[in-house]
Amino acid sequence: MKKPHISDMLGFGFLRFSVGTVIVALIIILFDIISKGRGVICWKFLITMPKNGMTEGGILPAIIGTFLVTVITALLSIPLGMGCAIYLNEYARENMLNRLIRMSIRNLSGVPSIVYGLFGVILFVQVMNLGTCILSAGMTLGLMTLPWTITASEEALKNVPKSYREGALALGATKWQSIRTNVLPYAIPGMLTGTILGLSRAAGETAPILFTGAAFFIPFLPKSLFSQFMALPYHLYIMSTQHHAISKVRPIAYGTALVLIALVFAMNLGAVIARYRLRKIKME
Amino acid sequence: MGHSRFKEKMIHGLFFLNGLVAVIVLVGIFALLVTKSISAFREISLSQFLFSANWNPTATFVAPSYGIWSMIVSTFMVSLGALCIALPLGIGTAAYLSDVASARVREIVKPIVEILAGIPSVVIGFLGIVLVGPVIAKVFHTTNGLNALNGSILLAVMALPTIISLSEDALKSVPKSFEEASLALGATKWQTLVRVKIPAALSGIIAASMLGMGRAIGETMTVLMATGCALEMPKSFLDSVLTMTSTIAIELGEVPYNTTHYYALFAIGLVLFIITFVINMISDIILHRYEKVIK
Amino acid sequence: MNNVKIKVEDFNFHYGKTHVLKKVSMDIVANKVTGIIGPSGCGKSTFLRSINRMNDTILGAKAEGRIILDGRNIYDDDIDVVEVRRKAGMVFQKSNPFPKSIFDNIAYGLRINGVKDKYYIHERVEKSLRDAAIWDEVKGRLNKNAFELSGGQQQRLCIARALAVEPEIVLMDEPASALDPTATLKVEELIQELKKKYTIIIVTHNMQQAARISDFTAFFMMGELVEYDVTSIMFTKPVKKITEDYITGRFG
Repeated sequence: MKKPHISDMLGFGFLRFSVGTVIVALIIILFDIISKGRGVICWKFLITMPKNGMTEGGILPAIIGTFLVTVITALLSIPLGMGCAIYLNEYARENMLNRLIRMSIRNLSGVPSIVYGLFGVILFVQVMNLGTCILSAGMTLGLMTLPWTITASEEALKNVPKSYREGALALGATKWQSIRTNVLPYAIPGMLTGTILGLSRAAGETAPILFTGAAFFIPFLPKSLFSQFMALPYHLYIMSTQHHAISKVRPIAYGTALVLIALVFAMNLGAVIARYRLRKIKME
Repeated sequence: MGHSRFKEKMIHGLFFLNGLVAVIVLVGIFALLVTKSISAFREISLSQFLFSANWNPTATFVAPSYGIWSMIVSTFMVSLGALCIALPLGIGTAAYLSDVASARVREIVKPIVEILAGIPSVVIGFLGIVLVGPVIAKVFHTTNGLNALNGSILLAVMALPTIISLSEDALKSVPKSFEEASLALGATKWQTLVRVKIPAALSGIIAASMLGMGRAIGETMTVLMATGCALEMPKSFLDSVLTMTSTIAIELGEVPYNTTHYYALFAIGLVLFIITFVINMISDIILHRYEKVIK
Repeated sequence: MNNVKIKVEDFNFHYGKTHVLKKVSMDIVANKVTGIIGPSGCGKSTFLRSINRMNDTILGAKAEGRIILDGRNIYDDDIDVVEVRRKAGMVFQKSNPFPKSIFDNIAYGLRINGVKDKYYIHERVEKSLRDAAIWDEVKGRLNKNAFELSGGQQQRLCIARALAVEPEIVLMDEPASALDPTATLKVEELIQELKKKYTIIIVTHNMQQAARISDFTAFFMMGELVEYDVTSIMFTKPVKKITEDYITGRFG
């Protein structure tokens, strides 16, 4: 009988241990948050204002704030990102400039989120004089998501067959006509699903909004895009480190964490389902 | 038809400008950090800023001091610690996925990795406080478990998805013939993995670790929440530490605009930007060369 | 030759450093089928795509010399490429219907050219489909997706799509190479019908096909036009030895 090598056994044992650790880590994370956050979650928690120095009540303003900021993020990031992707994939020629653009995109995705925060403070809060508000925070996050949006959009454009472009050109379409009528309609769904993933990350980000508009506590909903706001991730940070009665508000912190990851996962899941659907349509 | 040609040129021009947006933002960030830092370095000497561990910008009786050396050390300590945990686990998981796992297992593990990547950093930081901290406190008999080790563990969790997916890509792109040749020579599967496949995929794996490292260095919320934020030169992983990102996060909200202290925080931002930029460039070069070799 | 539609004069074409077409000169006669044959890589497709300037989209492409269409050099600076492509329609090697309905595929070229009149569009769609001999097969399902058609039908749909914008020339790049014999026969019959109204240039790697359908045949090799004559002469007594070798199947 063959004797299995001892190093093989140990080695593959380690690989199994690695995978096991990753899986266990996720299970612990989810189990802890779901089991301890579940008790707090109810309609009232979702649709009421915080009360009594945030020791009671709900997280409605944080939910609204995160929603509004993410909308601004999308409004800045999607058109700019798509435009850049269209340039790179449809117009740009392989040259130095093109390489410079691609290098910039890769580097932007590695810039620490707090550095985007610093940039946002100067550009939006001070120079453009918008103050700390939803608009400033949303645009800061919009810049942060830009590299992801560009990459996702270019991916979607690459999936449109070359023959659609050539066919349109051969019929006398101008370049823009061929892109607008025969490329974008088939690329936009893919662009959007890719973009949602980036937006979900933005919705969970804290560092870039720390100084650009997120507020500790505001007893009313934002009146306009020029108001400061409460946000789910920032609220979680406050409730777990900055509150005067940290242990008392721990359940609220857990509830906030659960709502935040539920939101992020819902966005991710939406994107995954949409992508799956798209793939099926393309197959048919 | 002259009109339509003009319109086409306009559209091309607009997209060209739009294409430059990434360059503009990157250069803009850099230029802004540099100008603000220059204002800081009018008051602070560069060598003192980088190599003195004395950070006391709000001193009232003595002259304020702006040394970030302990923050630099803390940042690298926490990040390298994270890498020490994440690298073996990440490569191990990647190797498992590429060499051992059946298609079905892969279909379960891959989404798990993606979900892990999607968890917001503030949630990870929160878990550092409520989960990891108490465990560390109990095991090592420290007061609260908010220290460098805690930060490293959390950052490891955050770096894992990047390391796993990039390493898996690297391992997968090793030509099948290498593996077959090794097996045909009588090497075991494990020997083949360690002596042939991993070395062949090494540059991809190194690039993956560098990217993971870059992420860890730039991460703010987890370290802010879980490392205790004590401004001192760390002596061991059980000390509370204050990283560069944490300092910015804590102090920027409290300083008046356009003071030396304010500018000094931008100078920290510049240091962070340069470190992550260099790390990204190196991993980029490694990956690029690697792609060429494979082709 | 009388009634010249396209006059090619000393035409050279480069992709980066590769010299793909070398000093090609030939006259293409109106309302005839001109077949272009030659071994693969000889530049025949590039030549075809030079006539409607589709090569413009390729990186590092450079053209020299003149291609004169109805008295105007299409490589002049003030020429509108879009106009050229409207005049010279193209059918690709692999049928490329758009993922739209059959009707919208045909109407596409009209719509991008600014035609809004619905009645007129309907009329043109029907006429083009009739001209491409596919009307009877699709008339009941114009709103169905074009991908539902068979390969041969898809290719005739693409021909109809090219005809809808009323070109004067139809360029065909091995239009039957991906089709089965029955579908090929249909396309060949169609080409015979089409030459009454259009000038047709067809690239083919199939010698019998060239002999069957073309009035004139041009033989390309390594970027050069080796020989060009009336098809019957080319296939019976070519002047050059190399043409004879190729036609009789000794290489290529």
